[in-house]
Amino acid sequence: METLFQNVVNALQWGSFYALIALGYTLVYGVLQLINFAHGDIFMVGAYIAFFVASFFLGDAVPFDLSRTAVLALTIPLTMILTSCVGVLLERIAYKPLRRKGAHRLYVVITALMCGLILENGNLALLGASRRSLPELIDKTVYTLGGIAVTNLKLWVIFTAVLVFVILQFVVMRTKIGMAMRAVSWDKFALPLMGIPLDTVILFTFILGSGIAGLGGMLFAMSYPVLDPYMGAMVGWKAFIAAVVGGIGDIRGAFIGGFLLAFIEIMVAAFLPSTFRDLFAFTILLAILWWRPTGLFGVPHTTKI
Amino acid sequence: MKKYTLNILALVVCLLLVVAAQMDMLDQYVLTIIMFIGINIIFASSLNLVNGYMGEFSCGHAGFMCIGAYAASFLSVTLFTNNKILGAALLPPYLAPWLFLFILLVGGIVAALFGLVVALPSFRTRGDYLAIITIAANYIIISLIENIDIIGGPRGLQGMRKVMNAMRHTLDIPWMLIWVIIVTGISLLILYRLVNSTYGKGISAVCQDEVAAKIMSVNTDRVKMVAFMVSSGLAGVAGGLYAHMYGYINPQAFNILKSTEGLVMVYLGGMASLSGSVLAAILFTLLVEALRFAIPAVDGALHAIHVLPDGFELSQVWKWVLIPLILILLMQFRPEGLLGNRELTDVFPRLRRWFTLK
Amino acid sequence: MALLEVEHLTQRFGGLQALTDFNLTLEEREILALIGPNGAGKTTVFNVVSGFYTPTEGSVVFDGKPTRGLKTNEVTSLGMARTFQNIRLWKDLTVLDNIRIAQHHNLGYSLLDAFLRTKKYRIREREIEEKSRNMLEKMGLTEYAAEFPKNLPYGLQRRVELTRALSLEPKLLLLDEPAAGLNSADVGELIGLIRWIYDNFPITIWMIEHQMQLVMSLCTRIMVLDFGKVIARGTPEEIRVNPVVINAYLGEEAAQCC
Repeated sequence: METLFQNVVNALQWGSFYALIALGYTLVYGVLQLINFAHGDIFMVGAYIAFFVASFFLGDAVPFDLSRTAVLALTIPLTMILTSCVGVLLERIAYKPLRRKGAHRLYVVITALMCGLILENGNLALLGASRRSLPELIDKTVYTLGGIAVTNLKLWVIFTAVLVFVILQFVVMRTKIGMAMRAVSWDKFALPLMGIPLDTVILFTFILGSGIAGLGGMLFAMSYPVLDPYMGAMVGWKAFIAAVVGGIGDIRGAFIGGFLLAFIEIMVAAFLPSTFRDLFAFTILLAILWWRPTGLFGVPHTTKI
Repeated sequence: MKKYTLNILALVVCLLLVVAAQMDMLDQYVLTIIMFIGINIIFASSLNLVNGYMGEFSCGHAGFMCIGAYAASFLSVTLFTNNKILGAALLPPYLAPWLFLFILLVGGIVAALFGLVVALPSFRTRGDYLAIITIAANYIIISLIENIDIIGGPRGLQGMRKVMNAMRHTLDIPWMLIWVIIVTGISLLILYRLVNSTYGKGISAVCQDEVAAKIMSVNTDRVKMVAFMVSSGLAGVAGGLYAHMYGYINPQAFNILKSTEGLVMVYLGGMASLSGSVLAAILFTLLVEALRFAIPAVDGALHAIHVLPDGFELSQVWKWVLIPLILILLMQFRPEGLLGNRELTDVFPRLRRWFTLK
Repeated sequence: MALLEVEHLTQRFGGLQALTDFNLTLEEREILALIGPNGAGKTTVFNVVSGFYTPTEGSVVFDGKPTRGLKTNEVTSLGMARTFQNIRLWKDLTVLDNIRIAQHHNLGYSLLDAFLRTKKYRIREREIEEKSRNMLEKMGLTEYAAEFPKNLPYGLQRRVELTRALSLEPKLLLLDEPAAGLNSADVGELIGLIRWIYDNFPITIWMIEHQMQLVMSLCTRIMVLDFGKVIARGTPEEIRVNPVVINAYLGEEAAQCC
């Protein structure tokens, strides 16, 4: 029973990471119908940026001594901003020119896939294979509750994911730009009529998605402090699948899909050898897609004849 | 006679290659690259059937290659060698050359059956959702094989070299090269014949307008199934060749990165173009090998003129920065690839006079 | 026996009732028009009849066979061909290939035959090609056989689509707004073409059309659909003076053209 609860906590933590990435996938997909395959690697870039920012503030380059809490307070927004810049850079350099030429959607998807590869391997090529680890920014406290050990970090991760979801849901449903984002997914050409340029909406979407991925990357690096250029690829692919199972383009779907995937994975690993994790996780996800071809929250698009 | 010029030329080149290999005039490295080109041709052109002709976005093609590689290897190792799996060889080793094509075929059929995992959902869903299913299929296949201990699990499977040695023992000719040439030829012929038949044109019809295809009596479900199964089956055959060429396989050799290589080749060559895929497979394989030498050379040169700091070295990883970059530039400036929707004969109509293909 | 019998057809999409109790008996060699304002459910009727939608209620019996449960391509194979409102040709396949693919119901060889290029395959492919070229010739399209439809003018694309439908050798031809997007000169030509098709093929025609000139000069019978319900049926003369129809749809247009 205790291990079960322990697993639930772990699943919630992993689900938070998946959900944070899946949200970015789903935002971009909702607006552009583009599978931004580079998104998992943006997550990785976020982790590295957090590392560099935190190391910078803790290092000798800063003339005054900062407390670790202050460093954390500085690192979070800086990481999010810098990661957003990377995301926006990709959009501006790689995707936008293609869109302007009216290229087939597929070509943009392939470009995204290739951008992801460049980010991973470029990182490895530039920084080398030596593994880095994020300095500890908060003291670990372990709360034990009837035999279940929970670190404060885990609670923070879960709390952040939920908070991000709530804020995002508010932004998309209640603010003007959020409504514009939803409008684009229905009709790209009607949007200028609302008085918001399409370009602004797209830019905003990438800032939002990449910023959230950056935050996720940072939290990931704090929880598992060994950085690796390929850390984003696997998690990214999985988060993407989670987003699709939830119904890509839908924020609730991405959030729930992320947690669902994590629960399946952790529970499989709890009862079977951990090597079966991927096998079962993906098979169950396929079964869900088989049952609901457009995901849990997805709306089927009918072709008009 | 003129009509057969290129056919005869191709035959002569293949024969010369085999003779050269037999006389030990070809370096083992060169030989490996030539065989690898053949395997990549099958891999890329079979993927093009689904991604180009049918217009789906399958990004888990390497999974089927994996299945084919394992099925064929398992069969050949248990049949012809004393192995840890079933003990003594089931058949005398001298039969190996006679049954090898059959073994590859079985590998292909098993892979084609796994192709159903992707083909069946394609009846109901298209585009992005199907792309996901292919990715998931790739993961599932690798994970499945990693969990089957009898074929080595994550450690991989070996023993195929012994099979090749058994063939050499029967008759000392460069078997592997011969198999690669024959199988590449057959695979291309199958694809060519399929896409040029009225049956196969149905695949393009599904791609361009599925509703119209249904209304015009095309059984779209069956056509999709055929396309996916032929595609994954041929990938499986390519896997069988790959396994016997290297003599060792492990599941992670067929992960998403390998699938991505296939995508690079298909879109480099151009969708719905067989000659494009062939060309791209050749170019891609040579490029990867050329970079293997070019990167240290550039590294040396840059260090010599002190552009790069001493501690920094250009590693082989740069290869995987440059190749995606090439494809990105291609998508920006020539998104249809080298030959999108066209064949070489459409670009150079005169070529038609020099060969016949049926 | 009637060629097509549609009984009590009702079609709902979620809460939307697109068709209510649609009944029709179509005899062989008729030319029937289905008219009605936009959004009346005309194309929905075609989509149900051609097997694209499964009807919520009611039945469609074509040539003595109920079509419920059949896939679209199976309904087509029974001898029902169709064109679309917005031309749906395969734009990157040649005109000849467009026609050839319509022989899919009647290939007469298996996949293995195609791989091995057996004698059966070669004979059948030659027959298919000959048949397709004949069809193109009959429709005056021989010179465009190697063209891509995307490079043809609109009127010719319509003609290719019609040719493609005819090459299925259908007993029933469904035409969804064949005159859409054509100018008045083209319409005159289209009337001649449809008349010629009717005279030269053993065919029954059912069309959806807004173009009154075309409907009035070709059709033996007219049905009027409004909000998913049939509000009138009769000969062109009867429809022309039917007050319900004039009210719902024809309005001034009818007054002008008569």
